[in-house]
Amino acid sequence: MNTSQTPVAGASGSRAGMKKELPEHFRSYKHVWVFIEFELGRIHPVSLELLGEGRKLADQLGVELAGVLLGSGEHGLNDATGSCFAYGADLVYLVDHPVLAQYRNQPYTKVMTELVLKYQPEIMLLGATVLGRDLAGSVATTLKTGLTADCTELAIDDERSLAATRPTFGGSLLCTIHTLNYRPQMATIRPRVMAMPKPVEGREGRVVPYTPDLQEDSIVTKVLSFLPDDASEASGLAFADIVVAGGMGLRSEENIQLVRKLAAVLGGDWGGSRPLVQKGWIGADRQIGQTGKTIRPKLYIAAGISGAIQHRVGVEGADMIVAINTDPNAPIFDFAHLGVVADAVTLLPLLTEAFRQRLLVNRLAG
Amino acid sequence: MRIFVCIKQVPDSAQIRVHPVTNTIMRQGVPTIINPYDLFGLEEALRLRDRFGGTVTVLTMGPPMASESLRKALGYGADRGLLLTDRFFAGSDTLATSYALARLIEKAAEEEGMPQIVFCGKQTIDGDTAQVGPGIAQRLGLSQLTYVSAIDEIDPEKGSITVRRRADHGVQVLTSRLPAMITMLEGSNHIRRGTQSDVLRAAQAKITQWNAAAVGITDLSLCGLRGSPTVVKRVFAPAARSEKADMIPATGGGSATAAALIDAIFARQPALEEDLISAAGGY
Ligand SMILES: Cc1cc2nc3c(=O)[nH]c(=O)nc-3n(C[C@H](O)[C@H](O)[C@H](O)COP(=O)(O)OP(=O)(O)OC[C@H]3O[C@@H](n4cnc5c(N)ncnc54)[C@H](O)[C@@H]3O)c2cc1C
Repeated sequence: MNTSQTPVAGASGSRAGMKKELPEHFRSYKHVWVFIEFELGRIHPVSLELLGEGRKLADQLGVELAGVLLGSGEHGLNDATGSCFAYGADLVYLVDHPVLAQYRNQPYTKVMTELVLKYQPEIMLLGATVLGRDLAGSVATTLKTGLTADCTELAIDDERSLAATRPTFGGSLLCTIHTLNYRPQMATIRPRVMAMPKPVEGREGRVVPYTPDLQEDSIVTKVLSFLPDDASEASGLAFADIVVAGGMGLRSEENIQLVRKLAAVLGGDWGGSRPLVQKGWIGADRQIGQTGKTIRPKLYIAAGISGAIQHRVGVEGADMIVAINTDPNAPIFDFAHLGVVADAVTLLPLLTEAFRQRLLVNRLAG
Repeated sequence: MRIFVCIKQVPDSAQIRVHPVTNTIMRQGVPTIINPYDLFGLEEALRLRDRFGGTVTVLTMGPPMASESLRKALGYGADRGLLLTDRFFAGSDTLATSYALARLIEKAAEEEGMPQIVFCGKQTIDGDTAQVGPGIAQRLGLSQLTYVSAIDEIDPEKGSITVRRRADHGVQVLTSRLPAMITMLEGSNHIRRGTQSDVLRAAQAKITQWNAAAVGITDLSLCGLRGSPTVVKRVFAPAARSEKADMIPATGGGSATAAALIDAIFARQPALEEDLISAAGGY
């Protein structure tokens, strides 16, 4: 079964050459949409990243880029339209309704489905956040169209089709997925995978309001309360300038502290590969990679991490990747900038001490 | 209570290998497991049954050998296992999968009655899409409660439920109506060890197998590859960076290696060194 968008042997081959005409009723589907995730009075950064990516796709297709913004007025919705324009949208579909004040699947699915049927986008991008994943699956099912999760690269091919690339199971391969005969072509992308575009202040666009027919009485799910996270925990990891991470090469839970100490000396943050989370050595919010955090630091130091594709796609945005691994053939050396074949458990404390000394000396001198 | 739990048999990720020439996944000989995320739903279902009585039915779509994971689930204490299997389902993407599973659930509900809760895994470890649960909820008109960390209250009689849901910036406390599709967050519970009698019963249990026709699927164009709007066009290895990593020789002892590595880092990123030196509150 290929329930997972995992290519099975032969599946890719047998369909690769297949090319069908897009059915007539989908040919009017034009434009690129980005679902704007708006919660607690602010836009989620992933939506702005997707506006940047959507802008490129729209320009390539010669169509418009729209942000789709749902919410309830009193929470600063109008300011958010301005941000959409600054980050690249030509227009914003604005749906302002009290029932939409907090995200709930049912009314959001209804409104998104109605908008798609009315305004007919050819591509729709959503952040692969908790909210985006909850919504995307429902909308795609209602529309009976294709949805590709956790894409790491988007492109338009010769036939105007969205080529959505994501890692496949198995650790070393990527696959490119198309939605050939259905519209819109939907994809989710994790935060930080796409670069944050530079906003153009004062850039303008059109607001297209839409008034949905929604009654609170007909919505079965109610939000009783919301307990916000304290911002202190690992939330900074995705935005840290320096990240040190460990993998199974650390060999034991105690050795996680070697990673934390180096990160502390460098004033950075720390994380690890997925097996460490699965072993319970580190929290899930410390996982780096496709199904964890995507990071874009100036310096990334990976100790005892093999460099599987799911890890790689989460760190490739780093300016400099340094790998420490005992295996000279570890895949991580294929995309690291600097490498050392060494035992991380021995080298990390020495590196920490050497950095500390060096920075101390320079600070005293400077 | 009547509870359904959808599970998937997946290859044990620790043991997956990719064929070096054809770039396909070599599934042969790879041990399979129940998708670990599904077990949180199964355990929650068993706890609800402990509290309220009733039955827990596990369902899966897959090749005939997927009945082994159903048997495993019976060993944890589930009451009945249902396998939907047919060559027409091969190559299903998430849309086609949620279609088939929705038909399977409806067929099971004809026999057993409509479940109050359908548990699905938050996502699978092989595809990781998190789309099948919402797809089933949408198709069957179930309240959709994803990323649930705890069920605070449930009243099967009144059909009401209150849950904690892991949202992006905090925890939502939601109240909703049954029937609901719930995906449990990892770590929300721990799968029990089945009792001796569960394990014995599982070994002998008959797993019901249905094909597409048996669950009332007449339009095969909604199944498998044909029913999947997404198409895998290309599978490929990522390009290596044009240059490989510069290797720092690890000779002359660890301290020398550390110093050489730091030199190399700062030689490439002089600005980084300045940032670090000027950073406040250093050591
Ligand atoms: C759907 C899916 C999603 C996934 N998502 C993620 C994700 O988000 N993030 C992620 O990281 N992984 C993810 N994975 C897992 C990924 O495929 C790899 O299994 C994982 O990244 C491997 O972690 P590792 O490198 O720490 O361990 P291993 O692969 O076991 O590698 C350990 C490395 O340490 C080296 N080593 C051993 N001893 C030492 C030593 N003393 N000093 C230095 N080096 C040493 C070894 O040579 C080896 O290269 C995902 C997998 C799947 C299927």
